[in-house]
Amino acid sequence: MSAVDMPASQRPTTEAALAKPPRRPANMGQIIRWLLLFLGGIAMVMPIVYMISTSLKWPHEVYNINLIPEEPTIENYTYVLEDGRFYWWFVNSIIIATVTTISNVLFDSLVGYTLCKFKFPGRQIVFIAILSTLMIPTEMLVIPWYLMSQSLGWLDSYWGIMFPGLMTAFGTFLMKQFFESVPDDFIEAARIDGLNELQIWWTVAMPLVKPALAALAIFVFLGNWTAFLWPLIVTNSVEMYTVPVGLSGFGDEADVAWELIMTGAAISTIPTLIVFLVFQRFIIRGVVMAGLKG
Amino acid sequence: MTMYRNLSIRQKQIVWAWGFLAIPVLFYVVIRFYPTGTAFLISFQDWNLLGSRTWVGIENYQKLWHDAVFWKVFRNTFAYLLIGTPISLILSFIIAYHLDRVRFAHGFLRMLYFLPFMTSAVAMAWVWRWFYQDVPIGLFNNILAGFGIPQINFLGSITNALPSVLAPAVWAGLGFQVIIFMAGLRSIPVSYYEAAKIDGVGWWTVLTQITLPLLRPTIVFIVVFSSIGFLRIFDHVFNMTTNNPGGPLNSTKPLVLMIYDTAFNSFDMGYASAQTVVLFLILLVVSLLQLWILRSDR
Repeated sequence: MSAVDMPASQRPTTEAALAKPPRRPANMGQIIRWLLLFLGGIAMVMPIVYMISTSLKWPHEVYNINLIPEEPTIENYTYVLEDGRFYWWFVNSIIIATVTTISNVLFDSLVGYTLCKFKFPGRQIVFIAILSTLMIPTEMLVIPWYLMSQSLGWLDSYWGIMFPGLMTAFGTFLMKQFFESVPDDFIEAARIDGLNELQIWWTVAMPLVKPALAALAIFVFLGNWTAFLWPLIVTNSVEMYTVPVGLSGFGDEADVAWELIMTGAAISTIPTLIVFLVFQRFIIRGVVMAGLKG
Repeated sequence: MTMYRNLSIRQKQIVWAWGFLAIPVLFYVVIRFYPTGTAFLISFQDWNLLGSRTWVGIENYQKLWHDAVFWKVFRNTFAYLLIGTPISLILSFIIAYHLDRVRFAHGFLRMLYFLPFMTSAVAMAWVWRWFYQDVPIGLFNNILAGFGIPQINFLGSITNALPSVLAPAVWAGLGFQVIIFMAGLRSIPVSYYEAAKIDGVGWWTVLTQITLPLLRPTIVFIVVFSSIGFLRIFDHVFNMTTNNPGGPLNSTKPLVLMIYDTAFNSFDMGYASAQTVVLFLILLVVSLLQLWILRSDR
């Protein structure tokens, strides 16, 4: 599956890192180890479970610590969604995260591919320059970005929210590493077949790094779905908020009930949980790949 | 087109490469490098967004040096780092170490630990904020009350608030570190362990003489990665203390929140930019220091 090419003695393949551990005799120690891990794992998901459970409770039941609502209701969801704001914020977040993801998948891989497979003057400088931007924290750039957006009229718009994240040095670096595993012979053969460079990139190289592209897409989507600081700064009308910015203001309103805040929190979390449950192996593989490569 | 045809293969490659890079290079120059320069430049200016920009030299940095709030914030920022990084490192190692030895329902257990990483910081900050409320609202105090244990003032106390805000940040990052640690554990050749077994070496010696030294690259990665995260903490603090961001009495305020306040509530762009430069330097020094300490063979 993974075309990762590195010395096995030093680093594991992604598959080896994901495989189940070998069987061990089921003695007492092993059973206790499993039970403790299980209890720890349950504790880890408790905040998420409580959030969802509370979002399904009637107001009078909210402060009971029982996990399963006595009379589950979707009243809170109906209320929050009928209000309309969460609906806009959800749509805004989906659009922003999707466009940013597409942009990163295309541009990061194009740049990574070019830096990996082409010989041209200036290659090293471009690579080092892009890599060096990893050292600049976003927080340092938000003030200049704000001033730039203000003078160009980008404040409070989709473009304004999206533009800083359209390409990332992390994604470029990750893709460059993965294109190393694409044999030069494949590219050479495609050239002899008369494909132009754009076709070679898209039809020959890109399909060979699909797992990396999927991992990159998931990271970028998740990062933009949960992004807070920049959307908080660049938006100012309620209709332009993203889910995190909206939720933050919603929770802060004077007399919002906790079950409604939990419902809002659940609305912002459930999509990523579904993505995770569907693509679980893929995502964990992505984390391992990024961890080993990045 | 005829001009292109006359080029050699090597020249064509150069044309393609720069064609592919044109838009991205423009992006990095305009959206990354130019703003970086601007941030440094504004840090030497006095500018409240409405008036004119005046050159003030290092006045903003002098003001920062004499600002009591800044030193409070500086200590808080390092408190997040110095408490958060070791706790998450140790917890994630213990979990990964044992998870790596369990086959039954392995994928399910791994999923439980990883799930919090997929949540949004803002949403979870609100969930934890609810947990921390006093009786009869908050879950933790309700549980304490159930056992007859005195109530804890989590977010309202200047000593408890910072660890309380830090807890969900540690919680959310743990699953990621567990996965990275497990990958690191798998990278240790089985033959080392087999040799140790033949020699009859105890598990503690195996852990400290084989596992941990060979995990060094993984540990370096996790320490640097999580340190940067804790030094840049913002979402959790902002959302758990919205009625008084960074409170009570600035006891939870990290540097990024101070930057946000200075720039977007006081509109003191010069002073805020000086703070961002300080953040940049802190991140740089801390990362380099950790790489140097953890990489050097001693």
